[in-house]
Amino acid sequence: MTTVYQEKDTLAPPPAERKNIFGWMLKNLFNSWYNSILTIVAAYIIFVLVRGVAGWVVTKARWEVVPANYRLFLVGQYPSMIPGQEDFIWRVWLAVYLLAAITGLAWGIWVKKREFVSWVVLLFPPLVGSSPYVTNVGLKLVGKLYGVTDVYQFPGFSAKAWALMWGLSATGLAFWALGRAFGRRLARFAVTMLLLYFPLAILIIGGFGEQGWFQAIPTRFWGGLLLSLILTIVGIVMSFPLGVLLALGRQSKLPILHSLSVVYIEFIRGVPLISLLFMAQVMLPLFLPPNVVIDRVLRAMVAIIMFAAAYLAENVRGGLQAIPQGQYEAAYAIGLSGFQTMTYIILPQALRTVIPVLVSQFIALFKDTTLVAIVGLLDLLGIAQGVIANPKYIGTQREVFTFISVFYFVFTYAMSYASRRLEKALGVGER
Amino acid sequence: MSDNNNPIIICRDVHKWYGDFHVLKGVSMEVMRGEVIVIFGPSGSGKSTFIRTINRLEDHQRGQIIVDGTELTHDVRNIEKIRMETGMVFQQFNLFPHLTVMQNITLAPIQVRKWPKEKAEAKAIELLKRVGIPEQANKYPGQLSGGQQQRVAIARALAMEPKIMLFDEPTSALDPEMIKEVLDVMEELAASGMTMLVVTHEMGFARAVADRMFFFDKGQIVESGTPEQIFHNPQEDRTKLFLSQILTH
Repeated sequence: MTTVYQEKDTLAPPPAERKNIFGWMLKNLFNSWYNSILTIVAAYIIFVLVRGVAGWVVTKARWEVVPANYRLFLVGQYPSMIPGQEDFIWRVWLAVYLLAAITGLAWGIWVKKREFVSWVVLLFPPLVGSSPYVTNVGLKLVGKLYGVTDVYQFPGFSAKAWALMWGLSATGLAFWALGRAFGRRLARFAVTMLLLYFPLAILIIGGFGEQGWFQAIPTRFWGGLLLSLILTIVGIVMSFPLGVLLALGRQSKLPILHSLSVVYIEFIRGVPLISLLFMAQVMLPLFLPPNVVIDRVLRAMVAIIMFAAAYLAENVRGGLQAIPQGQYEAAYAIGLSGFQTMTYIILPQALRTVIPVLVSQFIALFKDTTLVAIVGLLDLLGIAQGVIANPKYIGTQREVFTFISVFYFVFTYAMSYASRRLEKALGVGER
Repeated sequence: MSDNNNPIIICRDVHKWYGDFHVLKGVSMEVMRGEVIVIFGPSGSGKSTFIRTINRLEDHQRGQIIVDGTELTHDVRNIEKIRMETGMVFQQFNLFPHLTVMQNITLAPIQVRKWPKEKAEAKAIELLKRVGIPEQANKYPGQLSGGQQQRVAIARALAMEPKIMLFDEPTSALDPEMIKEVLDVMEELAASGMTMLVVTHEMGFARAVADRMFFFDKGQIVESGTPEQIFHNPQEDRTKLFLSQILTH
């Protein structure tokens, strides 16, 4: 052992490494002859792909289809594309403003650190607003490479739209300050608002009654991103409790409850979502008396919820099985009832371990809602198909689908980022 | 009920099967208030199973178990009543990893006994002082050593103010240097007059604290008596063999 200590003084320093980009490339991309070949081949393939796509973007693509249909993409025909009727788009804005206020408030109360992501969230609306200009700069640059001078340029937003977007940020900031100042005293209020937000938003958007500011707007006018998000969030919010109950039912020792849960889960999982949607749209009316009409969007929602709940139940069951028997025994031994044991001991632990899986499932659910386009609802994809079918914009599939892909990507990425934060905050895998 | 001459636990001819395997073959035992009972025996002898029948973590299929005047049957109310009166400490601690030490201890008093939070927390602080770790109240179980976790588990069981404490090999999962801190807490508890049933191989603890000892083998009580009788004058060959095996190293 002593020799080791003696040698320590005379140990050579580690060989010098080139720490720049070339050193990195040498180490990771060209460290053997076959890796070098792979690198070169891959680089060539990427080059060909990018060249082709970029060339199409600046020379052939007819981007005017996108700004001409912004509103359709976002809210579909909500509500008045019908000539001569009042425009209710302000109700959607109201719901969005409410969301900004609640997000700001919650952030001010609970998030203590100031991070990069806070700025992204705060400045999200103006960032969206400035996206055409950023895109234009990119288009011009790429255009230069291809020698195209009259590259397409997106129109900017109107002053009114800008004001609304900055207003969102300002609202968020104001409520953030409020949350900061009053902190815990507003906590209960904030939780209530978070729970109430979604039903409230649906009420604002869907409306009630025959006339007035909040007159009911039939769901056939809901569309675009608005409908996609509503279907997703209703799907998540409603399938969650149902799925947890099914998982518990499947774990249950009561034979009837157990077999009902198993039959439900296995039946639904054995059927594709699209066939459930078709059944809800086409088959359901056969069973109902002719004078009973159930809303088409509602029918799609029910199909989505039923579908999501079965999968969620299986995921939650995985979490339940990961809980050691000793946790049940300890809970029973201190006198907790079966219900209390589930509520305070088992479910909190089980759900925490399955957060990553649940978020993956919710992301999949968000993308699965596009299937409602096939049964004729005008969600983001349905609207996209509608726009393409417009004689004025025939042959613009690529442009339209590229544009809606960006939307899906932004939302799914935000969801997976949020889940990673949630996992960290709850200490999954640590405690 | 408070008659001190009545046994607090009465077991008569308790039988249990796991499938075809006969784990308990007619165990009878009476425990008086304030008595400390040590149960020992080779692994697979049914001693843990027996102690777990007393708060119905395992059900018995024949015989009778009466705890503090209430008979254990399939009646859920009786089971809940008895579980409120008995605390249990496990080999693997079984603390709730998602709750702090304080929440672990106050959960049952608040939810089951319906105590106000302040009362439960005051009780928890008092118990944490008693087991010697008041400064750990706001940590999570995962941040504590094994010995500290087991002491929290004892505090958690005591928070319900039980009349009986059951210990199922409480030191078997601990590193040697932590065993003493747990045994010290148990000795203090025994001195305070708590009725205790302890499954353990810690013969030093048994000698110092136990009022009576029961030797289990193959699902039966082979021999019982005071520590004096068991250690110095065992009657049965199996007891002698087992003691010689665990005491000679």
